Amino acid sequence: MEDLRYIDDVSTLVLDKDKCIGCTLCTEVCPHCIFEMRDKKAVITDFNACMECGACVNNCPSGAILVNPGVG
Amino acid sequence: MKENDNCGCSPKTSAPLKPISTSGVNLMPSIDAAPYCGSAKDTNTTNSNGRYERDDRYKRPGYQLSSYVEKFIDTDAGRIPIIKSKLGMDDLFSTFYVRCGIHRYQYTITPGLYGIGNPDKDSEVLVTANFKLTFDHVRKELDGLDAWILVLDTKGINVWCAAGEGTFSTRELVYRIKTDSLAKVVDHKRVIVPQLGAVGVSAKQVKSQSGFRVVYGPIRANDIQTFLRNNKKADKKMRMVTFSIYERFILTPVEIQISLKPALIIALVLFIISGIDSGIFSFSSAFDRGLTGILAMITGLFSGALITPVLLPWIPTRQFALKGIITGSLFAIILVLFLLNSGISGSVGIAGSIALFLFSVTISSYLAMNFTGTTPFTSPSGVEKEMKLFIPIQLASLVISSGLWIYAAF
Repeated sequence: MEDLRYIDDVSTLVLDKDKCIGCTLCTEVCPHCIFEMRDKKAVITDFNACMECGACVNNCPSGAILVNPGVG
Repeated sequence: MKENDNCGCSPKTSAPLKPISTSGVNLMPSIDAAPYCGSAKDTNTTNSNGRYERDDRYKRPGYQLSSYVEKFIDTDAGRIPIIKSKLGMDDLFSTFYVRCGIHRYQYTITPGLYGIGNPDKDSEVLVTANFKLTFDHVRKELDGLDAWILVLDTKGINVWCAAGEGTFSTRELVYRIKTDSLAKVVDHKRVIVPQLGAVGVSAKQVKSQSGFRVVYGPIRANDIQTFLRNNKKADKKMRMVTFSIYERFILTPVEIQISLKPALIIALVLFIISGIDSGIFSFSSAFDRGLTGILAMITGLFSGALITPVLLPWIPTRQFALKGIITGSLFAIILVLFLLNSGISGSVGIAGSIALFLFSVTISSYLAMNFTGTTPFTSPSGVEKEMKLFIPIQLASLVISSGLWIYAAF
């Protein structure tokens, strides 16, 4: 997917590091692999690859991730 | 395409047709059937254990056997169909039709529990959608595997889109686990959900509502066997979506098909505005100039719905509408030069040429922008941003182009 990138700096993805419990589920469900685990916490490593699909939000057990696209 | 009630494939019956007879007396004799009566053999056999094996044992009055079902096995939760991993010719033909957009939304299989190979109480449960294209794709990758396949009712939509629309959901998965008595079929408590289903499924909620643990499997069906061999671990390659040239190309027939209806309406409008001239309306110019306009429209459609999607990563800029303008401009220039040189439409002139150019580029830009809804990497926020910018530009271009086209006739 490296050669296919969409518009930068538009995603509404927010990750609250304090709420993260380190379950790693977001790293499993993201179809663009934008999450990585560092020191038992999830970090966003490729913010602009986010397509706001909501898989991470839906599966985060502690509500640490939010994404809020408009009507699309 | 022939379709029956519960699946998109044409049924294949294994038993030869038998004439109706009682004690050798034909109940419904006919000239056509007469020579056939004598050659009908009883194909029901007695096997080595002395059991009477009927070849119609999987048939039920009023039901139709799906061609992808090989046999049925009995479990504690009742009789479960075992499906074939090999696709038949009818599956391949119907795949072709669906790729062209024919009966796209009626291409479904009955939701519920299926098996493949010789599944038992320890076999994995793979969850999928009831879009037959998805179902076929999954089963052909499971050759040699013994597993259960839990098909959710996604109304004939693929996993990812259905998850986004809310039919491939926690609720539906929990419903199927309970309705199909999965706990009686397997001893373990886990289901393998395709990763892209995560958009609609919450692992936590499935666990609390059904007791089953969700394991997210790979995105692509052809990684399932590797995933299972690797102790249900997926590497980054299995977890990342791709959008290769083939994957883009295979989507274009549907892109073209869905734009045909609006194209027909535009064609009618084109004939009308092409007829406006100094004599108020001329049918001959409506036809001649209308055809030229339609040629420009087809060029735009070809550029926006086929060329731009296929060449996507190689066209500069990120915005799809702009990609469509770039590709569309190239094709529109070729079209205008061709028209000016060929003399097909000598009366087009400068104003008319600009009108055709703008019109063709606008169509290309709009259709390319439309393709954002088909790709696996465009964010809704990004699409909104580019639509806010480019829809006014496309509208303005359309108005200017129509004005110039009418002006060119005077």
